[in-house]
Amino acid sequence: MADVRIQGVAKRYGDRAVLADLDLVIPDGECFTLLGPSGCGKTVLLRLVAGFETPAAGRISLGEVIVADAADGTMVPPNERGIGMVFQDYAVWPHMTVADNVAYPLKLARVPVEDLRRRTQAAVEMVGLKGMETRLPSELSGGQQQRVALARALVSEPRLLLLDEPLNNLDANLREEMRFEIKSLQKTLGVTVFYVTHDQEIALGISDRVAVMDAKGRLRQIGTPEEIYERPADAFVFGFLGLANFLPVRRDASGWRVGADGPAWTEAPPDLGDETLFAGFRPSDVILSREGEGLAGTVIRASFLGAMMDYLIDVGGTSIRAALNSHDCLDKGLMFAEGEACRVGLAAFHWFPHTSLEDAQ
Amino acid sequence: MTAAVNRGSRVGTSQILLGLSIAILVIVVAVPVLLIFLNAFWVDGAFNVADVVKVLREPDTYQALVNSLILASGVTVTGTIVGTFFAWLVTRTDLPFKGTMKVLFLVPFMLPSFIGALAWKMLLSPRSGYINRMFMDVFGLDGPVFDIYTYGGIILVETMYLFPFVFIQVAGALERMDPTLEESARISGANLFTITRRITIPLVMPSILSGSLLIMLYSMAHFGTVAVLGIEAGIYNIPTLIYEKIHQSAGSFASIRTGTVLATVLVITAAFILWLQNRVLSRGKYQIIAGKSFRPTQLKLRGLRVPLLLFCIAYIGFTIVLPTATIFMVGALKTYGLPFTAENMTFYNYKFILFEWQLTKDAIWNSISLGLAAAAITMFAGVIISYVIVKMKVRGKGILEFLGMLPFSVPGSVIALGVILAWSGKYGVNLYNTVWIILVAYIARYMAFSLKANSAALEQVHDSLVEAARASGATMWQALRDVVVPLVRPGMVAAFFLIFLPALRELTVSVMLYGPTTRTIGVAIYTLSEDGETVYSAALAGIALVIIVFGESVIKRLFKVGRKG
Repeated sequence: MADVRIQGVAKRYGDRAVLADLDLVIPDGECFTLLGPSGCGKTVLLRLVAGFETPAAGRISLGEVIVADAADGTMVPPNERGIGMVFQDYAVWPHMTVADNVAYPLKLARVPVEDLRRRTQAAVEMVGLKGMETRLPSELSGGQQQRVALARALVSEPRLLLLDEPLNNLDANLREEMRFEIKSLQKTLGVTVFYVTHDQEIALGISDRVAVMDAKGRLRQIGTPEEIYERPADAFVFGFLGLANFLPVRRDASGWRVGADGPAWTEAPPDLGDETLFAGFRPSDVILSREGEGLAGTVIRASFLGAMMDYLIDVGGTSIRAALNSHDCLDKGLMFAEGEACRVGLAAFHWFPHTSLEDAQ
Repeated sequence: MTAAVNRGSRVGTSQILLGLSIAILVIVVAVPVLLIFLNAFWVDGAFNVADVVKVLREPDTYQALVNSLILASGVTVTGTIVGTFFAWLVTRTDLPFKGTMKVLFLVPFMLPSFIGALAWKMLLSPRSGYINRMFMDVFGLDGPVFDIYTYGGIILVETMYLFPFVFIQVAGALERMDPTLEESARISGANLFTITRRITIPLVMPSILSGSLLIMLYSMAHFGTVAVLGIEAGIYNIPTLIYEKIHQSAGSFASIRTGTVLATVLVITAAFILWLQNRVLSRGKYQIIAGKSFRPTQLKLRGLRVPLLLFCIAYIGFTIVLPTATIFMVGALKTYGLPFTAENMTFYNYKFILFEWQLTKDAIWNSISLGLAAAAITMFAGVIISYVIVKMKVRGKGILEFLGMLPFSVPGSVIALGVILAWSGKYGVNLYNTVWIILVAYIARYMAFSLKANSAALEQVHDSLVEAARASGATMWQALRDVVVPLVRPGMVAAFFLIFLPALRELTVSVMLYGPTTRTIGVAIYTLSEDGETVYSAALAGIALVIIVFGESVIKRLFKVGRKG
């Protein structure tokens, strides 16, 4: 019943259009992530759903209820939308204890005292803060404060949980831990989650479905994490989901080759109606060898990073990154020095048309 | 769902708050200032600059401008030297009891400078000053050792009370400064002298400049000390001449015009100084390295440790203890001029002033009630205005931001004059000679304090805290009540006391507005002294000092408790 429907929504600040004609549906109970670079308007979309911003055009509905409609001026204020929200800077009220923070939504809903106490306690325990009920936020770590914010957002059993980069201000370990916790809470409670982030690891790790938004506020692809990682719709999506290499492959008189006068590309690319295409691949998909098959390249920089070897390699005038397992390199004699020649093979790659690269990086 | 709230009604609330804020500032500050400009430049229904120049070239106006410049520059130079030296001493050397010294150097901020000036008048007036008489009697000198009724005397006394402006800023900058900046210079081979000259001073310079500009601003607009020490010798500055013109001439057109022209000069000067200070501060921003406290390298004073400590003690004894003791001792004398011996002293003066004499009882009551009312009203008005400026997104906010700057650059005597022009019946409301006109002026004078304290507090309240409340189900008003107000309360309390305490001892504004029954403590002390009732004046000053020190310590206590809770 709490599916989110966004139809033809637009938002402008002065002359600057942030979102235009955007459609999106999040089915009930789904963990949905909106992934995009900072400043792309993803937070604006979240705030439109929350009710902190008014759409310039279009309609937003939560379940059966139209909460915002630019056509007839409908605008349900945030407090009447039945949502829970977690903010990037936690937004835990510094003058209230943990218990008071968590109990506040119930207090506003005039939940009877007994009930309120029980549910507050349950929420505090759910996020693992038992025993800290009387502490003030200033006595908590960042991770604990974010747990308070999470408990507060969930205590009134909202239909929809909105998360605005909630893990940004946490250190890497904590971020990972909280990620799993949010996911498991979402599964237990069955709440619809709308999660906004620029961190592709979180997005891939937590979501049922991911939408990728570009810097101009357009949705590039929507799909399961596997789909968008394995079958990126375009170069932007591919580039945003991790370190990416793009090799230009050009048709000339003798066939296809890399760059202007680079090594020949033996296998003909699919017909994308373009004379120049890009082969996109991850550094981990590079297979290096000293000689034999593959594109001829020169090692520009070699860095030993412990588990991995990180190479920067020039192939026909384009620099690409390659990440190889250090053990393999040692075993197979693939510890290249700077300036050495090498052969580059690819375990997997995607073809992208020329035009799709322009805003990929 | 039918509870759809359309955008119109929410914009309505914002518009009401914005309108209210603008109205408060326009009525209280903008109209008086505007009337001053109008009176200065508008002669017989026409814009007339030549006449303004004519007024400025009259001998007494011209002299007052020159005097203001001489006094303000003098005080700025001496105050900057004294403030910088002591700031360096308590932050960068191994002077003993540095912490205590730092607190003691801030005491002059607490004391009203015109009371200090009264004390110095009693000690160093050319003929009857106690110190001068002692020297004449004991050493047989035929003239005074030091005549306080001079430019030098006024500069000396003002310096004693204004140097903390530089002291605070410089001490703060020296404490905040990253010591690695100096250490890396040291590693590069620079000696301490070079480091001080090439690294430390350039880094602290913005703080020094900003502090000294504050001294200049206050000295330029300062009434009390010049009124007490200068008028006798015919030394007027701008504020005292405005007072003289308005007070003595009972509101003749010519004198009001002179007053408004002088006030205009004062406002423009003040605005210029503030602008300059802003530029200095923003230019100096690069050097503020986080607010953290580092342990700066300290200069070992070695043989100079004890002499410098004694020097500090002597300075504090001479500038704080001596004048304060003088006030209380003179206040206890049976007749002014008698030596301080047991049989000449009595507590009766204090009792008389507190419980018997209507004039002083009125003054104390007036000051307390005016202070409380001004503090309360200004506190609430300041919260509303700051809220609109800091938090609300509403069209037309620019006007409010501009109006909000006004109170900062309008000196007390200008406000008083403006209030007279606006509220003396010419525009339908006559508050002249009532406490209400003083109240209106106090609100205008202290609005800047309230805006500063409240906007600082509001800036701490992130928007997401309010949004979190809204997402939790709170209406706009519930969010204000449960989140914003509790978090801003310390700022409001601070604003209240920042206004109440200075209002208790206010002189500049009240002296131009008081009527027969509306003297304030400051006015009573000043007029009693002018009327030759030195003993009662001193006794009332003593009582005022007790109230002020008591009030300050109560607040300190209050805020410590508040911070822990």
